Amino acid sequence: MVSIDYFIPALSMASLATSLAVIILLAEHFLMDYGEVELQVNDKTFKVKGGSTVLGTLKQEKIFLPSACGGRATCAYCKVKAVTGFGDILPTEAPLLTKEEVSQNIRLACQIKVKNNCAVTIPEELFSIKEFTARLDSVEYLTYDIKHFKFKLLSPSEIDFKAGQYVQFQSPPYGEVSESVYRAYSMSGRADARDVIELMVRLVPEGICTTYMFNHLKVGHEVSLTGPYGDFFLRDTDRKMVCIAGGSGMAPIRSILSGMTTGDIEKRRPVFLFGARARRDLFLLSEWAEFEAKHPGFRFIPALSGQEPGDDWSGETGRITDVIAKYVPDGRDFEAYLCGSPGMLNACVDVLRNLGVNEERIFYDKFG
Amino acid sequence: MQEVGAFVIFFASIFTSNILLTNFLGMCSYLSVSREIRTAWGLGIAVVFVMTITSVANYFVYYYMLVPLQLEYLEYIAFIIVIAALVQVVEMIIERTSDRLYASLGIFLPLITVNCAVLGAALFLIIRKYDFYQSLAYGAGSGIGWMLAIMALAGIRAKMARRSKVIPALEGPGIVLIVTGIIALGFIGFSGIVQIN
Repeated sequence: MVSIDYFIPALSMASLATSLAVIILLAEHFLMDYGEVELQVNDKTFKVKGGSTVLGTLKQEKIFLPSACGGRATCAYCKVKAVTGFGDILPTEAPLLTKEEVSQNIRLACQIKVKNNCAVTIPEELFSIKEFTARLDSVEYLTYDIKHFKFKLLSPSEIDFKAGQYVQFQSPPYGEVSESVYRAYSMSGRADARDVIELMVRLVPEGICTTYMFNHLKVGHEVSLTGPYGDFFLRDTDRKMVCIAGGSGMAPIRSILSGMTTGDIEKRRPVFLFGARARRDLFLLSEWAEFEAKHPGFRFIPALSGQEPGDDWSGETGRITDVIAKYVPDGRDFEAYLCGSPGMLNACVDVLRNLGVNEERIFYDKFG
Repeated sequence: MQEVGAFVIFFASIFTSNILLTNFLGMCSYLSVSREIRTAWGLGIAVVFVMTITSVANYFVYYYMLVPLQLEYLEYIAFIIVIAALVQVVEMIIERTSDRLYASLGIFLPLITVNCAVLGAALFLIIRKYDFYQSLAYGAGSGIGWMLAIMALAGIRAKMARRSKVIPALEGPGIVLIVTGIIALGFIGFSGIVQIN
């Protein structure tokens, strides 16, 4: 017979662990349970379980706020107006809100939590954002690191968006990634093809979502998307147009240009400046050549900033910022549409401003 | 050591026997979270909080459970479990009571669980045979000392980021360790005031 002493260490450690677990459970029960609370959104009232962020709670109620960073307080897309029931501004929000926004009680929905009855105001158009189930129909390489994905919408089966807007793609848990994340991608297809969503995605090294899309997502798989989001779309004016993009930033520009009528193109004479490093970073050249042939008013100008040996290039060279002036002789006549990395965009906005383009006529879609 | 007053231990653990600068404990978060004064302050406050509470809790676990059962050799496991559990509870309390503090501490709170200074403080108060008040003073003092050290480093790093030209080979942890060594030398200046350990 084994002496009872033999079990004392194990028993005492187990009881220590158990009692601590009980303390945690009690704390959780008394501290974390907010019960059912009322969340008012504009003029609708929802009964929800308290304790989660406004962003997450609204998602449960099928209201989708834009969010590119997935709730990490970096993109600042999920701004809402807090009416009642929220405390002071949080340190995580402060860097992303302007003084004006703070004074109007604008908050980040991914940071503030629904803990008691509260009310927020969101732009009315966000109610029209839906969650879609879609099936991947085709995928092809555009360059060595950019892929073109075509999804067929299953339910709802049609999307109503303006060319230039974006959707949020949900990557489910896979491999060692245990959480599902949302990332924003601009739609690159025509807005009148309502049952199809096309995305151009550049592989981000170590990126959770792009790694999923490049290595795990296969034709026939079903995915979840929300949208449409964003205020990057064609403004209805008669001004001349300059579009500037780099890499997968071509997506919304392609959507915008391909949706314009022949008459509009002749009138607005768009020029599309596309910045790339080398020949191997260019894509869809034949499609743009066809588009040029069909619409004499349109020009597609790719520019290479770092040609590689054997590129055999006779087009524009240099950074895209060096090329702009040649095609925008007098900025006062122009409206600009930009999409690309923040660094490139900021540089382009500076150049356009110096060329006389009115800042209010520069529209851009920055990669988060 | 038992004849030293709790108040003396409190001050000594902040200045002359600073757990970070004399024992070099808690270095990982010290190196990685010292880029900005604001975050260093947040983590520092959390460490003070957790260290004080866990020192007291571990004191009771050791003297009222492990010693009577002659299980002193299990102190490491027991202390780690207690620290992990209490950090969880502290996290919940903060989440409930102060959104602001919770948001600024963010991921730092769970990180404290694996902060070796917290375990170190618990082990030292056993080795040095502190009584209850001495343990409380030592826990709080060590926490404040740790916060002082990380704040000092964060201030220096913030200034270095703007002014100094650090040679590439020493950028990051390299120069930080050198700076830490110099801060530690500076703290030796306090050693004439009080001495423990």
